[in-house]
Order: sequence, then structure tokens, then C-alpha cells
Amino acid sequence: MSDHSENLPAFCHPASPKLLYAVFFALIFLTLLTVAVSALGPPMGMPRAFAFPIAMIFATMKAFLVCAFFMHMWWDKGFNILAFLSSLLFVSLFIGMTLMDTSHYQDTIEAFDVQQLTGVEIAE
Amino acid sequence: MAVADTHEIHDDHHHDHGEFIAHHFDGPEQQFDSGKLGIWLFLVTEILFFGGLFVAYTLYRSNHPEIFEQAHVFLNKYLGGLNTIVLLFSSLTMALGVRAAQLGKNKNCAVYVLITMVCAAVFLGVKAVEYSHKWDMGILVRSAFNLTYTHPAPVTSVGKWLHVSDYLVYISVIPTLLLVGFLVASLMGKLMEKNVFSKFMLGLSIMVGGYFLGVGVGLIFMDVAEGGANESHASIQTADQPLMLHAMTQETREDASHDENHDKTAESHPAADHVDGQAHHEEHAHAGGEAFSAHHPDPEKLSRNVGIFFSIYYCMTGLHAIHIIGGIVVLSWILWRSLLGQWRSDYFGPVDYVGLYWHLVDLIWIYLFPLLYLID
Amino acid sequence: MVDAVTRQKLFGTPEIHFLNCTKGWKSWAFTLDHKRIGIMYLIGVTIALFLAGIFALVLRSHLFKFDSKMLSDDMYNQMFTLHGAVMVFSFIIPSIPAALGNLVLPMMLGAKDVAFPRLNLASFYLWIIGTGCLLLAILSGRGLDTGWTFYTPYSIDTNTGVIYATFGAFVLGFSSIFTGLNFLVTVNTMRLKGQGWFKLPLFLWSLYATAIIQVLATPVLGITLLMLIAEKTMHIGIFDAKYGGDPVLFQHFFWFYSHPAVYIMILPAMGVISELISVYSQKRIFGYSFIAFSSVAIALLGFLVWGHHMFTSGQSQVVTLIFSAITFTVAIPSAVKVFNWLATLYKGSILLNTPMCYALSFIFLFGIGGLTGLFLGALSTDIHLHDTYFVVAHFHFVMVGGTLTALLGGLFHWWPKFFGRMYNDLLGRVGCFLVFSGFNLTFFPQFVMGSRGMPRRYASYDPEFLPFHQLSTIGAFVLGIGILISFIVLVYAAFKGPRCGSNPFRAASLEWQSSSPPDFHNFVHSPVLNDPYDFDSQVYDDELDTYISREFADPTKVPPRTEPVHH
Repeated sequence: MSDHSENLPAFCHPASPKLLYAVFFALIFLTLLTVAVSALGPPMGMPRAFAFPIAMIFATMKAFLVCAFFMHMWWDKGFNILAFLSSLLFVSLFIGMTLMDTSHYQDTIEAFDVQQLTGVEIAE
Repeated sequence: MAVADTHEIHDDHHHDHGEFIAHHFDGPEQQFDSGKLGIWLFLVTEILFFGGLFVAYTLYRSNHPEIFEQAHVFLNKYLGGLNTIVLLFSSLTMALGVRAAQLGKNKNCAVYVLITMVCAAVFLGVKAVEYSHKWDMGILVRSAFNLTYTHPAPVTSVGKWLHVSDYLVYISVIPTLLLVGFLVASLMGKLMEKNVFSKFMLGLSIMVGGYFLGVGVGLIFMDVAEGGANESHASIQTADQPLMLHAMTQETREDASHDENHDKTAESHPAADHVDGQAHHEEHAHAGGEAFSAHHPDPEKLSRNVGIFFSIYYCMTGLHAIHIIGGIVVLSWILWRSLLGQWRSDYFGPVDYVGLYWHLVDLIWIYLFPLLYLID
Repeated sequence: MVDAVTRQKLFGTPEIHFLNCTKGWKSWAFTLDHKRIGIMYLIGVTIALFLAGIFALVLRSHLFKFDSKMLSDDMYNQMFTLHGAVMVFSFIIPSIPAALGNLVLPMMLGAKDVAFPRLNLASFYLWIIGTGCLLLAILSGRGLDTGWTFYTPYSIDTNTGVIYATFGAFVLGFSSIFTGLNFLVTVNTMRLKGQGWFKLPLFLWSLYATAIIQVLATPVLGITLLMLIAEKTMHIGIFDAKYGGDPVLFQHFFWFYSHPAVYIMILPAMGVISELISVYSQKRIFGYSFIAFSSVAIALLGFLVWGHHMFTSGQSQVVTLIFSAITFTVAIPSAVKVFNWLATLYKGSILLNTPMCYALSFIFLFGIGGLTGLFLGALSTDIHLHDTYFVVAHFHFVMVGGTLTALLGGLFHWWPKFFGRMYNDLLGRVGCFLVFSGFNLTFFPQFVMGSRGMPRRYASYDPEFLPFHQLSTIGAFVLGIGILISFIVLVYAAFKGPRCGSNPFRAASLEWQSSSPPDFHNFVHSPVLNDPYDFDSQVYDDELDTYISREFADPTKVPPRTEPVHH
């Protein structure tokens, strides 16, 4: 994919402009598609609730394109990719465990707020 | 090319351009690899830094979907979409700039980097329009969130003259000063025959010009959107009571009937003890939005809690905007060095690293856009 | 082969070295040399240690009587908060990685410097700024009384200097990230040619594992503290229940960083001990790859157990069970290390000098600290022991008995390398004995008190705990005197100690192939790659009165190898 001419050092991989433009137009296309789905509703009679997952799938496709070609990950060292992906792993671990816990005690938080509304004084 | 030859070339570069190789590295490749791993690790820290806010977002969205549904009407998805396209374009020019640096084409690199910076400024201009519009409507963080706040007429003369929000005028003070300063500096550089400096300052002025372009385009988009049926909901001036609250009261009524059903089920099974009820509650909480709002039928409270969404919105977009500003600063440094003609095929690391950072800022926005603007 | 003159030049005491090659305060303040930055870090963390140590002694003095009026209750709260915050953020976290690690890490790789020397210096200045902000909380006259954890909702409601302190911790976090990032890149890209991952000294494996945590966890602390500041100034309603927020969520955020941070504190110490035990037993480390991988395993498992700090916070039962179960698995890699150290000692030719005394203390104290952790990881016992002195004793056994002991051991081990002078070993051992006995006297009674229900962070207590508290206070002063003596011995040695050769302890890792003190560029010659635990590779040179690599020794005098070379 990269035009690797002979006089460039081994670590220098210029991406071809054609590829970069192609990626850019793909990104724009996906963005417009996302807005369209959000504004007009999902295609083919899918329920309205699908609009958000579809938007996230498109976002992830866009993220992949940016990472792979704009950020040269396609040609990069495996270790750099591993480092990058590990960050996503740890963020999802953080989200997963916390989400699993907080959903269990929301009632308590709500009760506290309702108390406040019903006039129980809470010290400022 | 034979391996030995490559090695010799590296050695030559090492001696010819020693100033680019720090003393503790063996050669350009080791220096480049170190820098590249360093910047990737920095991006990892950035992702985890933003990760905290994504966690907050996910938790509140999953636990209080009703807040998010009510809040999204205040966000203009066309402005958000515009900014997405601006950032994607800046990513393209950044990637082209990196390519130019890799081929040693310093002038091309400078042009591409400048376009990237202009896009960054356009983004901030659009953001300024969005923020000031929200502040006008009393849409602030949770504690200051107040939808009954009346939209004030502009008091500043610039605001009256251009029919724009006072807040927008205040925000634009700094860019205006910067624009004047950079232009003066550019002119001084011209007079003192410091050509590179003069060009650099001219570049920075063009960049700040991008901010005003962003403000202009943002205002036009805002007008168009307000004219459309979709966004009139967002304007709180349409009725005595905000439309949003109408919607909520309706939903609450539905929920109340929901609750009645719930009660009936409980009555029809008098043996069902408290634990069962608890399980039922949890099931509901998992089921999603409508079920949850059944627990707090108070529309006023729901309306206040919409402020939590905007707390998260301001934290996420604010932190992102700070990163855009940081990006402009480091891109200026790249622009300066491009004008000095410092990039070569074996020394383009800094452009590549700043490019990676810039793409990450774009990447985060790619997710922020659907998460914040496209909730339905 | 080299002649005697060259040998003298390479391994004899040099006239010009990194300490005196340039002079004046600017040559230190703007230095990019990792060794000088390491020494400045060392001075910095020592000041933080003494400062926070004084806070601790004030606390212990107050607790000498059960109805003490020495400190007001408010002052007591501020004192333990500052003790904890300064010790954790300004001392323990940067202690071994940033001070010892900076000194040793590039030299162990045969490199001239870390990958990003400017970032390294920036890290040190951020440390100064961050510590300054922490202390600003005192100077502002408002103090800080939240505990080092800044738990909401109290941290939002209190009028003390939470914003200064959280900003300080935020900055210190970036200091820590920069060090970790630098070390990761340095180990990845700047190893000596041919130095594979399994030829690295174990100290580097532990620093690498530590750096993984620093890079992955610390940013979360950053965003947490920023959100706390935003909550306190603008009430954004994320952590504050008054505005619909979730205070337990703060604990999730805080411990997602701060539990892995516990391993930032202990992993480098384990690395130091791996070096010490092996060198002073003059025996190849037992189970190299097990120790190496256990460091990485601890680093990764450390991310999965943060909820065990929140068993009584209202956390859901499912999550509590999961966190408790994973907590026990951390015991496996920790025990792997301890068993390997013990196996290394077996049939070694043990030299009981000061660093080795510290290393043996470490194994004993860390053993107790680690095992009591299991009591706290078990759900039912934790309900009883939560927030008692048992917890206090547990983490002090790990952090002080572990990290501080290892830091002192490491300092005594590498001191001759970096200052070219030997310390008084007898006084060093006296210091070690005082540290060890004082430490046990301080914290062992706290286990007893804790299990009998003495809650932590209380300014007064029931008279039945009086003898325990008094023993503890006496122990704290003995410990303080021990640490003071140790540092006096070290500082005296740095200036007045007798000269020593390049490798007085017959260690085999690469840093010992430089002169003592090392040259500004670390090595005058290219170091010869050898297995860091192949002590037979070093032979005694009677002219220099020190050990040098076989490759450099006089071939007529080199004794035959006693063990085959490993590959």
C-alpha cells in the first residue's frame, strides 16, 4: 500500500495520497450515513432503537480507518498496536466492572434525592 | 539494497546530521522507534484519561436513560456533524503533511500543517457558537442548570450590532487579540526582514482567521437549524412551559400506568414477599428507561437531572476542546520547523508524533459525536 | 585483552565522573543526566519521607495517652491525612522507580541515558510542583482532613484545602506517568545489542511491570481528581448525591487507580530484593522466568481487584464476590516470588552485610504483610476488620516493611557504585536492626488492637488499648531513629567513606562494569554483555582490589570457570 522507494530508510513509510483520499471519502460517507440514520430512522424497517447501535458501529468503522491508515497502524510495529489496544481493553474493564456494580444501588441514590425533595434538610 | 549498505547510509546520516540525533541514541532508527513507542504510550494515557469520562457517560446513560433522551433535543446534530467533517478533513491534511515530511518536502508539509491548524480553529469557532447558545438558554452544569432562565437580549454593542450572544462576544475577545497580535508580529517580521518568522506569524493569523470562519459558519448552521421543525423543540421560548417538560409529563403518565400494572401484579400474588418485589424492580431497572422513571415521577426533578447530562457534555467536549487547543500549539511548533526546512526522510519523527496525537483527538470526537449528539 | 593501565583507566576510581564533571547549581538544575536526576529525586523523596515521618511521630505521640489533648481532633485529622498523602504520592510512589530506577535502569541496559532525558527532568520538576501543592494545603492555613483518599461526599463538603491537594496529586500523577513512559520506552528500544528480554536483571522486569501500571492506571487518577475539582467548584452532580450524583462511583474511580498504585509501590521493591538476594548469596537467582512473569502477572491482576477496598461501601454483592475471589489470586505470583527468593538463599554463600540484612527483613515483613492481606480479602473477616488498626498494620507491613526496607537495602547496595565510597557496614547493620525491631514494635501491636476492634483514624480510644498504643508509639520512635541512622551512615559515606572499587560486591549486572562513580556517559568502554546472575563471570583483580569481568581481567591470573556458561 505504501510507495516505498529505494532511497528511504526502513522506518519511513509514506502512505500513497490516493489511499489517504479514499479513506477520507469513506469517512465522510460514513459520517453522512450516521446523520441520515439518526435523522430519518434506521433503514429497512428496523426499530428506532437500532439507530444508536448503528451509529456506534459506523463510529467504530471510522475509528478503524483512522487508526489503520491515517495513523499508519497498518504498517506499524506489533508492540505499538498491542499497547494501543490494551488501553481499550482496560477502559472496557473499567466500564464493565463499574457498570455491573452501580446498576445495583441506583435505588438508594434515588431515595436520597427524593428525601431531599420532600423537604428533609441536607446540610450544605 | 543490501543490508550493509543501509547501515552505511545510516552511519553517514549520523555524522552529517548529528544535530538531529540525540547523543544517547545509536542512530535515526533507534531514535524514531523510541519516539514512536513513546507517543503511542502517551496516546494510551490519553485514552485512559478520557476513559474516565466515558465511564461516567456509560454509567449515567445506562442507569438514567430518560435523562439522556430528554437532553438530546438541546444538541444540534448538524453543528456536531459539521465539526465532525471539519476534524476528519484536518486528519486528512495531517496525514498528507506527514507524508510530505517523510519525503522531505518541507513546503508542502507547512501548507498541510497550516490547513490542519485552520480546521482546528474552525472547530473551536463552531464550538464557541454552540456553547454560547447553550449558556443563553441556561443550559449549564447540573448545579447551575436552569431552563426557566430567560434569554437575554445582547447588551454588548458588538452583540447588538451582529445579533449574536454576548457570551460569543466574550469568548471571541482572545482570538481577536491573537489575530491582531499575530498580524502585527508578521508585519514587524517583514520589516525586519525575518522572513521565516514573518511567514510563521502570517500562518498563525490565518489559523485564527479560521476561528472566525467557524463562528460564521456555525451561526449560519444554527439559524438554518432553528428554522427547521426539529430544533424548535430546543427553544424554550415556544411555550409558557418548556416543551421538553410537556413530553416528560406525558411519559410520566405512561409510567404511572405502568406502575399500576406493577401493583396489580403484586396484589394478585399476595404471597409474593418483598424479595420478589425487589427482583421485579431490578428486572425493570435492567429493562431500561421507562421503567426507571417510574421511580421518580417528578418531572421537575427529571428536568434538573438533565443537568447531569450537560455536566458530562461539558466535561467531555471541554476536555476535548482543551486537547484541540493543545494540538494547535504543537502544530505551530511543527509549522515553525517545517518553515525552517528541518524534515528529511530519516528525520520526520516530530511530524509523525504530532500527527498521531492529532488523529487521536479526531478519533475521540468520532465517538463523542454519536454519543452526545445522536441520542434517540 | 586489556593491559593493566587500561584496566586501571576503566575500573579504577576516576578523577572526573558524573558528580564532578560540571559544577554549579545550574549544572544540576538543568541536567539531563539520568544519574543526577536520580540523585535529585532521591534527595526529594528523602525530604518527603522525613516530613511525613515527622507527621507520623506527632500522631503516635498524641496517641501515647488515651485521652490526649496534644492535638485537637481537627489537627489530628489533618495530621493523618497529610501523613498519608505525602507518604503515598510524594514518597512511596516515586521512591524506588524514580530515584533508584533512574540511577540504575539505563546502566543495567548498557545505555547512555533514558530514552527521553528532557521528559525525565520534567518529571522531577512536576514532582516538586505537585509536592509543593500538597504542602500548600498546610500553608494555606486550612489544612486537609479528608484522608489521602479524598472520598466524596466529605471531600466536597469540607472547607479544607482539598483543591490544592487534589491538584498536587494530579500533577504528581503526571510526574509518575512520565517516569513510567520513559522506562517502558527505554527498556524496549535501548537494550544493549544482544541483550534479550530474559537477559535483563529482574529489577528491570519489576520496573517494567511498574511502568505498565503507571501508564495505564495513573491517567484515571488524573481525570478522577479533575472531576472532583469540578464537582467541588461547580457541583457537576457526578459524585455529589445532593445533585443526583453517585458518591460510591468516586470510590470506583479512585481505586481503579489506587489499587494498581499499591503495586506501583511494592513491585519495584520486589525487584530490588531479587537483585540483593541473588548477589549476596552469590548464587544464580532461582526460577528467573517465574519471578519475571510474576511481576507482570501482579501488574495485570492489580487492575482486577480494586473493589476489595469497597466491601463495606454499599457495593453490590455480586461485584464484591468477584473482587474478593480475584484478590486471592494475587497471592499466587507474590508467593512465587517469596519461594524463589528462599530457594535462592538455599545453599548460597550468604554475606550478611547491610543490604542483605534489609533484604531478609523484607522477606519476613512482606510475608506478614502479604498474608494478613488475605484476611482482609476474605469477605466475612473483612466486615469485622474493615477500617480498624488491622488494616493500618497490614498496609504498613507492605509499604514500610516492604518498600521502605527495600529502598534502604537498594541504597546500601548501589551506594558504592554511585559515590565510589563504602559505608560503615556495622553502623548500617545497627540501623537495619533498629528499623526492623522498631517497625515490628510499632505495627505488630496494631494487628492485635485492630482485631479487637480499635478503629483507625480516631483521635482517642478506649483505655483497654493503652498498652498496645504505648508500645506502638515507642516502636515508632525506634523506627524513626533507625531510619535516621541509616541515612546518616549513607550521607557520611558519600562524602567521607573509604574509596571502593568498581564492583566490590561481585555483582554481575551491567551497571557494575562502569567505574565507581560512573562516567558522565555511564561507560567509558562498551560494556560486555553477560548474564546478570552469572557471578562466575566476575573475577577478583588484586591490583584494583575489586571484581571485574573475565574479558577484562589479566588472562594469566583468571581462575577457571566453576560453573558452565548459560545461554
